[in-house]
Amino acid sequence: MDNMEFTSSYSLKGIIKEVIKSKAGLFSLFIFFILIVLSIYAYLSMPYNEVKTLWNDSQAWLKYPRNAMPSWWAFFIGKNLPKNINLQEPKIETISDNPKILKYVYNFSYFYDDFPSEFNIFLKSSYKNNPPILRVYWINTKGDKIFLIEKQQRSEADTFYLGNETSIEENLTKYIQEKLGYYPPFPISAMKGLFIEPNENQSIAKGSYSFIVEVQFSDKSDTIEIEPIIYGKVYGIAGTDHLRRPLELGILWGMPVDLAFGLGASLSITIIQLILATVSGWYGGVVDNLIQRLTEIYMLLPFLPLMIMISLFYKLTIWKLLVVLIILSLFGSGIKTQRAMVLQVKTLPYIEAARTYGASNMRIVFLYIIPKILPPVIPGLIISIPSYIFLEAILSLFGVLDPTEPTLGRIIEDAFQNGALYKGFYYWVIEPSIIIILMAISFALLGFVIDKIVNPRLKEI
Amino acid sequence: MKIKELKKILLYFLKRAVAIFITVAIAIYLTIVIANAGGYVDKIVEDEIRMSVAMNIRNDPTIRGYTDEQKQKIIESRVRNELRRRGLDQPFFIRSIYHLKRALLLDLGTATTMTSDSGSMLVKNIILERIPLSILLFTTITLLEFFITLYLGLKLSRSYGSFLDKLIVYLSPLSTIPGWFYGIFLIMIFYSWIHILPPGGFMDFPPPTDFLGKVLSVLKHMILPVSSWLLSFLFLGAYSQRNFFLIYSTEDYVEVAKAKGLPDKIIERKYILKPALPPIVTSFALALISSWMGAIVTESIFNWPGLGMVLFRAIGSFDAPVIVGITVIYAYLLGATVLLLDFIYALIDPRVRI
Repeated sequence: MDNMEFTSSYSLKGIIKEVIKSKAGLFSLFIFFILIVLSIYAYLSMPYNEVKTLWNDSQAWLKYPRNAMPSWWAFFIGKNLPKNINLQEPKIETISDNPKILKYVYNFSYFYDDFPSEFNIFLKSSYKNNPPILRVYWINTKGDKIFLIEKQQRSEADTFYLGNETSIEENLTKYIQEKLGYYPPFPISAMKGLFIEPNENQSIAKGSYSFIVEVQFSDKSDTIEIEPIIYGKVYGIAGTDHLRRPLELGILWGMPVDLAFGLGASLSITIIQLILATVSGWYGGVVDNLIQRLTEIYMLLPFLPLMIMISLFYKLTIWKLLVVLIILSLFGSGIKTQRAMVLQVKTLPYIEAARTYGASNMRIVFLYIIPKILPPVIPGLIISIPSYIFLEAILSLFGVLDPTEPTLGRIIEDAFQNGALYKGFYYWVIEPSIIIILMAISFALLGFVIDKIVNPRLKEI
Repeated sequence: MKIKELKKILLYFLKRAVAIFITVAIAIYLTIVIANAGGYVDKIVEDEIRMSVAMNIRNDPTIRGYTDEQKQKIIESRVRNELRRRGLDQPFFIRSIYHLKRALLLDLGTATTMTSDSGSMLVKNIILERIPLSILLFTTITLLEFFITLYLGLKLSRSYGSFLDKLIVYLSPLSTIPGWFYGIFLIMIFYSWIHILPPGGFMDFPPPTDFLGKVLSVLKHMILPVSSWLLSFLFLGAYSQRNFFLIYSTEDYVEVAKAKGLPDKIIERKYILKPALPPIVTSFALALISSWMGAIVTESIFNWPGLGMVLFRAIGSFDAPVIVGITVIYAYLLGATVLLLDFIYALIDPRVRI
């Protein structure tokens, strides 16, 4: 390294100007702009803590489809995949007064290219002695009325999972057998049975359907609220996970956490290393020796197993883990290169001048040397940010991070644990990964651009 | 002359070995201190003592008539005696020295739930039986990485400014994405999508009976982990090698060699590659040491039954002795890697011999 590097001058303004001039710099700034706007929007619309409780609330997401693909995914497949259908505004008829029997009729049409994923009925009733009994019928596109199930509510708030009822499957199989004239050669699940065209093709019958619930109350004053939901296979812009949570929630609110983790780690580690390197190079002697030996020890510290061990044994949150990470990287290999720079700056005339007019050691270290060697260090700082974001992902993947915290790594881990790659839920892995990759590449590009500005020797090459 | 040089290299090597051993010992000591802040290391030793005492008592005919409660009391008092005998009732500093000695001798205690493939519950066996597989993957990747980037770097520096050169320069930011992350996508493409390669593991099941079949099966399972790592390292690696070569090819003696009319091959090999090799090895060594970290993750992504997999399983079953043991082993492995690199460095850098 020659002294040329330290004599070329660059101001912050100049660096920004140069960054904007280059295509790569502009691209990375554009990506950051989008990410930052998205996270500001997210945090303004709902504070993080609220999202965190919502994210971990298993009851909050019952009415969302499970493992639904994002809506745009259907565009690639070329199929019109079903969305959630909330059946509303029933026609209510009174069948008899004693016992009180009410008939709820829901009419709807179904024009999607795939079967729905689930069919649940959420029930809320108030009763005196006994919960109401429900009889459920189905009228398909042919106009055939099929009896599905008779069931009594178990408590005031209850849910019927029609997809899991074997008796419904049996009834539907019977109906299809009648239509076909022989026992269907393919298995009939409840969803398939409800929406199938009763022929060999197993195609979907498109048209208008009716869903009928007859409720028999035990007392006249009893009431019921019925909310039938036919679950789709696509949801929103990001889809949902195995716990029905919309992924955009975890991604949007997790992204700033990852960014802050990476930025915080990289910034504090670089600054601390810079100070240590300057102290080591400036004072020399015993201090220098100590810092250099410590750096060598740190190089042999099994960093990742230690991080995993610590976060597993002491159950740390992500921010406490950040402190541990900083401590474990205090004497990183960056010190060696920065110390070499300090040794060169030390001999420059302006430092000697400062010494002759009696500047204190502290003043020289913090005001004269560190500002001088800071610019060449900045690219490294920026380029190392993604590695800490990936570290977060690694720790999540090993399952040692706080599981309640939605982060990008956490979502990837969930996807892995639930076999997303083997079951074909690619969106679940791709979405958080793309965000991480975008962050990583734009940080890298920005770092490379700045590197070319502050280390002009690279420019020739 | 030759013998003298060899002696110098050996002396240098020995010095480095001692220094690295001391460093590894300190790193292991730090591990113990950190782990024992939660009492985990003490507990590992105590559990081991308790187990052997309980075994002895069960086999002891003189105690057969005692009730369970009395037996428990005897066990407790014997455990306490044993702890005192080993000096484990002493303050932490003395205890930690005892733990350090055990860790350095790889006496890592017994696992709480995990067993090795051979059925042993000793942490040492659980870990050591997996090391060869880790090393197989790691060295394959390292060697491929080194020679491919060296070749590409040389080629790029010669065709400086060409399309390929520019492409690699533009692609180099892709190297910020670590290998295991590429691994996820490779699994998605080559297993989930086009079904031509296994998603992970080490060998087909059931394993082939003949030797050749076994080798081929292992190779097939290595394709994805190896290429994920290569993909991540390739661009930046080739880019930085190329920079090294470009810097060294502008030296005056290269110009002189060119002026003399020496053939390109010789200039490349003797005048560029040879002096550029030591700094290349240094930067490569740093990358290598940090890639041990990636190795752990890559193994668990690809279910490669190496050390990373053991760590992954140990975390799953919260097996504290195994986790501490793996940290210790990794310190040793890092030390060994550094030592090996030092040795290679001594061989290629003439300055060490003077």
